[in-house]
Amino acid sequence: MLLSVRDLRSAFFLDEGELWAVDGISFDVDEGETIGLVGESGCGKTIVALSILDLIPYPGRVVSGRVSFEGRELLDLPPEEMRRVRGAGIGIVFQEAAAALNPVYRIGDQIADVVRLHRGLDKHEARREAVEVLGAMGIPEPEKRARSYPFELSGGMKQRAMIAIAMAGRPKLLIADEPTTALDLTVQAEIADLLRHIQDEYRMAILIISHDLELVAEMADRLMVMYTGRLVETADTNELVAEPRHPYTQGLLGAIPVLGAGSDTPLEGIPGAVPDLLDLPSGCTFHPRCQLADDECELEAPPLEGVMHRHQCACYKVTVQK
Amino acid sequence: MQPGSLDPTATDQSRHGDVLLSVRGLKTHFPLGQGWMGGRDVVRAVDGVDFDLRRGEVLGLVGESGSGKTTLGRSVTRLVEPTAGVIRFDGGDFRRLTGKELRRARRRLQIVFQDPYASLSPRMQIGQIVAEPLNLHRLVPPSQMKERVLELLGRVGIEPYFIYRYPHEMSGGQRQRIAIARTLALQPELIVADEPVSALDVSVQAQILKIFLGLKRTDGIAMLFVSHDIGVVERIADRISVMYRGLFVEQASTDRLIQSPLHPYTKALLAAVPGVVGEKRPRVRVRGEPPKATEELRGCPFAGRCALVEQVCRDVTPPLEPKAPGHDVACHLVG
Repeated sequence: MLLSVRDLRSAFFLDEGELWAVDGISFDVDEGETIGLVGESGCGKTIVALSILDLIPYPGRVVSGRVSFEGRELLDLPPEEMRRVRGAGIGIVFQEAAAALNPVYRIGDQIADVVRLHRGLDKHEARREAVEVLGAMGIPEPEKRARSYPFELSGGMKQRAMIAIAMAGRPKLLIADEPTTALDLTVQAEIADLLRHIQDEYRMAILIISHDLELVAEMADRLMVMYTGRLVETADTNELVAEPRHPYTQGLLGAIPVLGAGSDTPLEGIPGAVPDLLDLPSGCTFHPRCQLADDECELEAPPLEGVMHRHQCACYKVTVQK
Repeated sequence: MQPGSLDPTATDQSRHGDVLLSVRGLKTHFPLGQGWMGGRDVVRAVDGVDFDLRRGEVLGLVGESGSGKTTLGRSVTRLVEPTAGVIRFDGGDFRRLTGKELRRARRRLQIVFQDPYASLSPRMQIGQIVAEPLNLHRLVPPSQMKERVLELLGRVGIEPYFIYRYPHEMSGGQRQRIAIARTLALQPELIVADEPVSALDVSVQAQILKIFLGLKRTDGIAMLFVSHDIGVVERIADRISVMYRGLFVEQASTDRLIQSPLHPYTKALLAAVPGVVGEKRPRVRVRGEPPKATEELRGCPFAGRCALVEQVCRDVTPPLEPKAPGHDVACHLVG
């Protein structure tokens, strides 16, 4: 077990009230595994990543739960130790590479900094390593690109540079939060290929977070579906896509305009909209949009329970098959 | 096929009549200010586009960011004035219309934008927003206004009690419904829909797409439906045009374009769409970026990224030509 998250709860304490972005989430990531976390905007998926890395901005914080990485409790670590875990243990790639890169430092120097900090190489070696990493991330003419500033790179190249920085510390786990979302389709596919390649090459675990179920399904061995701060279903990717059990997962899959389905194939959405996290429905938060919901669903939130081998679902209406 | 359902093969001929919108040689160039050597740089956002749109037909326009698809939609409605070319709307020369005539034509040719947060006035109540175009064009007497507004809101699935609410009280999906109701108020014959579902969550996106399908099937409104998401376009378009650096590179009926694309760029674009497990498409990848739209085009715009490139591709820009019935491709290497 590389990463183990237990009963994680994180909230933002706002003037309008307490916003529980992560409301009791547990999952494990094994070494070398790719696991996908999927959900629509505002479901709290990014806050899961920020909770693991202890990077939640004020006025939010992790309220309770445990995050252990390689057997160490991350939430108890002093800030100095935590800084070493970020980068050397866990690398992160954000959606907006343009915002995450420092605009006034050359790309190579930003990578070299990471190498020196986490791997203790000297300046000269670190520079050479930076060029090496850029090349490994599929950036053409890496010597030249190492001397470039972020604004001189295209969106796709910036995202590769961002991944290079995350990889420079040789992390065991890479968290990729919407790594391709701001990019064009053809560039998206290149970045997805790169992440797959990295995984094969370095045998690293990846936690990929996205609203795009199709993208994540192509990459991940296992999927977790999140709704209003909670996991509603987890299963191996093939099974989740072929046999979704939770009504929300079913609705989500039915709403995707899968390419090549033919122009007359009907597309079903889910009625209503994702609720405001500050004003959540009682019980199962999906009940106002669910066709199976009855009184039971409005009273108490259903727990995430095993319904089949390696398949968990949080719904009273789903029968358990042992 | 169910009785009463639409026969997809019939859509091209019988259901659609004459040409409603005809565009020839359309160019929209934006000046970039003074160059340092005195030359004036321009962005060639739309660089010579021809197409026809028949009554009741939906033409899907796909392309990546910077391909010019949004500018094309805005040029067709003259929200952006084109630099050159001819736009004929219902037989009339749309580019020459001014004043009252332009306003009258615009009533029949509406646009729905991507961002429902920016396109609705934050200071107006929903009822006022929907009533405004009816007032401006004096389409409904004041005594019947509320009834008509409620009817329009009903068409897009908005409950009557929303008429006194403000846009900020509504979700993205609800706002886009309001924007559609407002457009529908004018009973347009053509709607330019510019990424109308792209800002929405996937569960909501399907609901809005259904409303657009209703406009097509029930009201027979023709559409230029612009989107970067080919899966979305597939559900609504009769035909699809693929745009690349200001030009159409391929155009065909929806099923044909998706099942048997001919242009190398279209093939790469389709291959890049992730598929839910079980139906993985072959991975054809393109590297690099499209040529800069500030440079005058020499040769095929895709030549720099194309695996099949030959010398002729670098020298001569291929015209968009029929390579099969109803299937136009701009590529020297497609026979």
